[in-house]
Amino acid sequence: MTTSDIEKQVIEIVREQLDVKPEDCTLDKIFTDDLGADSLAIVELVLAFEEHFEIKIPDEEVENIKTVGDAVNYIRARRKA
Amino acid sequence: MTGRRVAVTGVGLISPLGVGNDENWRSLCAGRSGIGPITRFDASAMTTRIAGEVRDFDPTRWIPKKEVRQMDLFIQYAIAAAAMAVEDAKLGPPDDPERFGVYVGAGLGGLPVLEATHDSLREKGPRHGISPYFVPAIIVNLAPGQISIRHNYRGPNMSHVSACSTGAHSIGEAFHLIARGGADVMIAGGTEATVSPLAVGGFASMRALSTRNDEPTKASRPFTLSRDGFVLSEGAGLVILEEWERAKARGARIYAEIVGYSATSDAHHITAPSPDGEGAQRCMRLALRDAGLAPEAVGYINAHGTSTSADATETGAIKAVFGEHARKLAVSSTKSMHGHLLGATGGLEAAICALALHHQVLPPTINLDDPDPECDLDYVPHEARKVAVDVALSNSFGFGGTNACLVLKRVG
Repeated sequence: MTTSDIEKQVIEIVREQLDVKPEDCTLDKIFTDDLGADSLAIVELVLAFEEHFEIKIPDEEVENIKTVGDAVNYIRARRKA
Repeated sequence: MTGRRVAVTGVGLISPLGVGNDENWRSLCAGRSGIGPITRFDASAMTTRIAGEVRDFDPTRWIPKKEVRQMDLFIQYAIAAAAMAVEDAKLGPPDDPERFGVYVGAGLGGLPVLEATHDSLREKGPRHGISPYFVPAIIVNLAPGQISIRHNYRGPNMSHVSACSTGAHSIGEAFHLIARGGADVMIAGGTEATVSPLAVGGFASMRALSTRNDEPTKASRPFTLSRDGFVLSEGAGLVILEEWERAKARGARIYAEIVGYSATSDAHHITAPSPDGEGAQRCMRLALRDAGLAPEAVGYINAHGTSTSADATETGAIKAVFGEHARKLAVSSTKSMHGHLLGATGGLEAAICALALHHQVLPPTINLDDPDPECDLDYVPHEARKVAVDVALSNSFGFGGTNACLVLKRVG
């Protein structure tokens, strides 16, 4: 899976989960401040990433995933590992 | 109740008869049944395969799409009905939010999401099988909670849970709260959405449901000899209660005044009413006393009338309370049309009483083709009746032997 594949799929999941328009869902967007996610929405989003990319994201690492770009980078690193 | 007077200034109705106030009132006056085959799940293995399902409900008219899947259907109904009621009352945003509250309950709460989550827990395990929204999706008091968030009502907010009298208790408690000065405006009533395998199967297991699967529109037939159980139904029935002087000052249309309420317990059996309907009798008497009215003042009773054996008990209780006057007043069970909305039903029926007083029209008891000799009152059979009526009483009785009666009065 290439970086651009991961990016596309992450954006698709974020759009689906948080119900945001395509033009609003860019890599620099912060889930909470920019995309309206509360703590429960973040949990749901992380679980969706886990299921889709078949990885496990420990709770203590979730706090480092603040933006759409953070999620793409994290998932890319974990997929390689 | 001595204290401040309380007006009903808005209603919000969702039932198998329609989504919206006009749709419901038109169907009630036309004597139309909202009962049909169960479509929500595969009911082929059930002894009861009919229910009163709400049709054509699009939650995104009231709730952002991403939030819809974070809450069970009973909460969606409550949010939609509250928005309708607020609009119907022409209430703007609250001028003094701490004086605005919400008492909305449900009998069972979020069974459909609970059932689906249990399935996904078994399939996917706890980490991926249970949504972080599971708890707020199913707990009963998220119905009033969600309403308060949307309307900025910062006063009392809770759910009274009393099975099939939930909606009536909620309205009665809100009425007394306003009367004694604890709030100025309350959204009150009940909501329910349990056309699901556990609820239909559970009531069927008690042999409480009609099995007239071949004739769904004839299945809810209160006070008849051939009645064979209630028809499970869903929806929400909410009212806006408002302190009288406030309502008058803003020129609100007032459907009716709410003047009396009582709550009693049978202390007898988990599901059966006490012999002679003692708890129900006491509840009607106390509600009339609360209203400061003699039994002879009552012109219409919206009966609990579920289409079960308890219809005869309720009839006997009405005769015991009203004596000779029982022969003169009109009684109807609108459950013959909308079925039994469980925790929502008392809210819907109280709203129907308010509309009946406002329009001076009594909705009928349909399907009264073969009256039970033990049920020998004027049940307004088959067709709505245009009539002068000043005072209406709404009866609601629930499992656990819990009873609620409300008394409403015509304006003017």
